[in-house]
Amino acid sequence: MSVFKAKRLALAAVAALAFGGATQAADISGAGATFPYPIYSKWADAYKQQTGIGLNYQSIGSGGGIKQIKAKTVTFGASDMPLEAKDLQEAGLVQFPMIIGGVVPVVNVKGVQGGQMVLDGPTVAQIYLGDITKWNDERIKKLNPKLALPATAIAPIYRSDGSGTNFLFSTFLSNSYPKFKETIGANTSVQWPIGIGAKGNEGVANMTAQTDGAIGYVEYAYAKQNKMAYANLINSAGKTVTPSAASFQAAAANADWANAPGFHLILTNQPGEKSWPITGASFILLYSTPPDPAATAAALKFFDWAFKNGAQMAAELDYVPLPDSLVAQVRNTWKTQIKGVPAS
Amino acid sequence: MNTVAAIEPAHAAAQRLRERAFRGATFAAALLVLALLGGVAISLLVGAWPALAHFKLGFLTHEVWNPVTEKFGAAAAIYGTLVTSFLALLLAIPVSFGIAIFLTELAPVWLKRPVGVAIELLAAVPSIIYGIWGLFVLAPILQRHVQPWLIEWLGPLPLVGRLFQGPPYGIGVLTASFVLSIMVIPFISAVMRDVFETVPDVLKESGYGLGATTWEVVWQVVVPYARGGIIGGIMLGLGRALGETMAVTFVIGNAHRIGSSLLAPGTTISASIANEFAEAVGDLYTSALIALGALLFLITFAVIAAARLMLMRLERKALSNV
Repeated sequence: MSVFKAKRLALAAVAALAFGGATQAADISGAGATFPYPIYSKWADAYKQQTGIGLNYQSIGSGGGIKQIKAKTVTFGASDMPLEAKDLQEAGLVQFPMIIGGVVPVVNVKGVQGGQMVLDGPTVAQIYLGDITKWNDERIKKLNPKLALPATAIAPIYRSDGSGTNFLFSTFLSNSYPKFKETIGANTSVQWPIGIGAKGNEGVANMTAQTDGAIGYVEYAYAKQNKMAYANLINSAGKTVTPSAASFQAAAANADWANAPGFHLILTNQPGEKSWPITGASFILLYSTPPDPAATAAALKFFDWAFKNGAQMAAELDYVPLPDSLVAQVRNTWKTQIKGVPAS
Repeated sequence: MNTVAAIEPAHAAAQRLRERAFRGATFAAALLVLALLGGVAISLLVGAWPALAHFKLGFLTHEVWNPVTEKFGAAAAIYGTLVTSFLALLLAIPVSFGIAIFLTELAPVWLKRPVGVAIELLAAVPSIIYGIWGLFVLAPILQRHVQPWLIEWLGPLPLVGRLFQGPPYGIGVLTASFVLSIMVIPFISAVMRDVFETVPDVLKESGYGLGATTWEVVWQVVVPYARGGIIGGIMLGLGRALGETMAVTFVIGNAHRIGSSLLAPGTTISASIANEFAEAVGDLYTSALIALGALLFLITFAVIAAARLMLMRLERKALSNV
């Protein structure tokens, strides 16, 4: 008899728990890019502690994020590659940048320390096209008159997995060197004519470190945390810049967002003396007429909170928060373009 | 006294019902496998259709894989898959055979168990561990010590030389084959050991009794008796090698190119899918990747069918010899 009673009690407790859970606010659901995943989850943890609302973010890649938001299985999608204004309109989506990152070239040349080598877009493009094959090539020497460059063969390393990093880097090379644009182009994966593909930042970093004469490219945070031998770049203003949070933010601040419908802007080769030329934003996709306005409102509240309180956390993980001027434009977009959602 | 108790009719009926229910349940489980297989095949075909319709047979023969211009050909991936699997088996079969023979015929009793358990443990290591080990440990060793040697000594040779030319990157088709062979050795050797153990002692002792050496007993008694099992083990290894994804992705160099050299980077079907599927935007691109999956499905199916055919032939031959 007592066992029976205990069982019933347990059942009642379980039921109470289940119903109690249901009365709580639903979690925000999103899916997409892997690059911003660490910062989104850090923000989500802090947000949950404050508000009790969690974030369920599946980092399945930008392509998957776009598919899921189009299938309306999630409240927001996230992509490292911005959608064209035309595609946004067709799908009824609104797009805005959320966080900034950058790509950094890393080299492994004997006698060259991090930050000593200077490269520019056309030179890097010619290296990845196989037109420049030795480190002591005249075109590299001209940019580095003080460095003693060896006659080592250049081994270009690229990211084999489709990624926002690839997209930014190939966009940068396409914008810098017409031949690269014509023969290769820009995408999350491209057909590299030479070199070897390594998987992920860790693969590229490792291949670069263990191959004499290698050049590769990794996300800024990865290069910084692993103290890799990065190269400086010459930006479109003709100035040599070092990769840093400041130079990424400069690129984002100097970009002409106001004239970019749907925030479709890739931050490569932006004007400004301090702008790092391979900068990019990670984007959020929402419906302009949300199927579930309450869920979208909850998501917007979270993004708003992240803009207000998330900068410090982003810096800790070596991400770069949006400049204030851009945040104001994003907020304006929420107000004017997303319907049926109470303004926060 | 009535020792044979009559079965109560009610009890018998209940038993029959239980029998029937059990038979139904197992039948349903078996059908489920077929249904799943059919479902996989159909969804692969449906997913692959846009790419196959667009590129037609060119999908199989073209080496170009360009997501920017949306031109896709699977030749490089098919080539890489077949070559790495073939090389992996070439390296793994003799070693596995040696392990199995040693364990069943030659090893002292105290050594049998530890080595056998070690092999089974190797089979349980997740493939990503092999991949990371290949990238961080094996690749640098190959790059510094093995590949320069291969390039210097084998590179200048006629015919074979072309396989060993180019810069020593450390990763590439050859490295992927090495890692794969290490991954399939536990599978092949475990199966081989088990079938060798089924060879009746009487047969082996008769061999020894007739004055045969261990070598002769192995080749003329053990191997012919265990033929079917040996082939089964090899096919199991081949199946694993064809489909292996993570470990290969780390060390193959991931280039959609058919290089004449084994030191050059290449790609395989499963590595391409793992690399590109998550970020593939555009219907044709996604469809081309699914078409790659369908191809792997077909290749694996063909391998299994070929193995079955071979086994049937062998059995028929063995029967006609009797």
